[in-house]
Amino acid sequence: MRKLSRYVLYDILRNRVIIVYTLFLLLVSLSLFQLEENQSKALMSLLTIVLIVIPLISMIFTTIHYYNSYEFIELMLSQPLSRTRILLSEYVGVSVSLTAAYLVGVGIPVLIYAFDATGISFLLTGSALTLAFTSIAFLASVKARDKAKGIGAALLLWFYFALIYDGLVLLILFAFSDYPMEKFTFLLSALNPIDLGRIFIMLKMDVSALMGYTGALYKSFFGSGWGIAFTTGIMLLWIALPLLLTLKIFRKKDL
Amino acid sequence: MIRIENLKKKFKRLQVLDDINALFAEGQVVSLIGPNGSGKTTLIKTLLGLVRPDAGKIFINRHQIGNDPAYREHIGYMPQIGRYPDNMRVGQLFTMMKNIRMKTEAALDTDLLVKFNLASIFDKPMRTLSGGTRQKVSAALAFYFNPDILILDEPTAGLDPLSSEILKAKIMEEKQKNKLILITSHILSDLDDLTTHVMYLQEGKMIFLKGIEQLRKETGEEKLGKAIARIMNGEKKSVLWIDEVLMLETNNQSN
Repeated sequence: MRKLSRYVLYDILRNRVIIVYTLFLLLVSLSLFQLEENQSKALMSLLTIVLIVIPLISMIFTTIHYYNSYEFIELMLSQPLSRTRILLSEYVGVSVSLTAAYLVGVGIPVLIYAFDATGISFLLTGSALTLAFTSIAFLASVKARDKAKGIGAALLLWFYFALIYDGLVLLILFAFSDYPMEKFTFLLSALNPIDLGRIFIMLKMDVSALMGYTGALYKSFFGSGWGIAFTTGIMLLWIALPLLLTLKIFRKKDL
Repeated sequence: MIRIENLKKKFKRLQVLDDINALFAEGQVVSLIGPNGSGKTTLIKTLLGLVRPDAGKIFINRHQIGNDPAYREHIGYMPQIGRYPDNMRVGQLFTMMKNIRMKTEAALDTDLLVKFNLASIFDKPMRTLSGGTRQKVSAALAFYFNPDILILDEPTAGLDPLSSEILKAKIMEEKQKNKLILITSHILSDLDDLTTHVMYLQEGKMIFLKGIEQLRKETGEEKLGKAIARIMNGEKKSVLWIDEVLMLETNNQSN
């Protein structure tokens, strides 16, 4: 499997999208840290950008890569290699390169300007988000029959997770504002990896007071060891479940 | 060597393979013949595990094929349209395949590689190759690992006459080595001196599977095309594809 992943990685590095992505992240994070005196403010601005950009790039890049390497996958399938192994190699190749781009592009500036527990959890969250959205994109690509549908599905999912979801949550909270909704919002946040990541970092940064009553509640719940275990667990589920589902579909697919 | 039992496959509402039963042994060269869309390529893809059958069993070397991909070790496959990663160079492709199959240099069959003079284009990327050259690469890859079973889907389509003769001579040579060779082709005259058995498919059904000698004796025809037509007429089927083909051929000759 390592051999196959190496070929996938090699192929990815040859087209320069990943390098441009790395440079873009590097540029954004360096300039934000330069502009802001206050590190935690800079980190907050960076968070907003990262939470939009990472899911978008991960999903689009993965989907396009999947369709571009369709020939490679076909070729490998007629060799004595199992389907699980082929798809996992693809996943490892894509996610390693995307995570590496993030760790270089955002990781280096964070280590220079904000090297503390918050900085580290910032990096961990970003990497986890990359992995989760790569999984989701693989699921969309394997399910969709052609390129246009695959990329369309990836974009729609991104819209949903990055923009529409927040609106829906607000709508629900507003509509049921007469009832105690605190417990319910925990559940809602678990349904979106972006939200989960945002909460995780905000709590670390001690700005949860900005999030009002619910924020305080989050703090009392998430701030404890159990809270961290809960968010990490859900995040891992977001990485593993779509991937497992992808493998299940791919194993039965006619090519 | 290959045993197929009650194989069935449906694509949406279309029955592509309808209860196929067959037995192929070593030393045979089996021609799969039938009109476009009769299920030849689907049958081949099912043997390779690229398409999952709805019902029925396939045994290769006495082992039923399922999720274990190891049996593909024994198969060399030349696809109808060879599709390869665009950025990969010809030489890299061969190195990669060698790495994946983990064969020693001595076990390789570089005959076609030499005869097609592919070494001279080893540093060309796959996307720059013409259709015919691509076909040569596919052929050389199929024979590269000296497999016991060769599956060739339209091997001579797109090859120039000289290369086509080289390939046919190679198939002849492998036949002497007691290998099993499955060929589909629409150029019946190409199959004439190669084939030992004929499998005729139409609309997903196997119409017959016969030895060429038996076919010739039954029909009194030497040429494969005419022999098949004779059989079909004898069975009083309505207008068949092979009749139309022969009619076209005779028309062309008289012109």
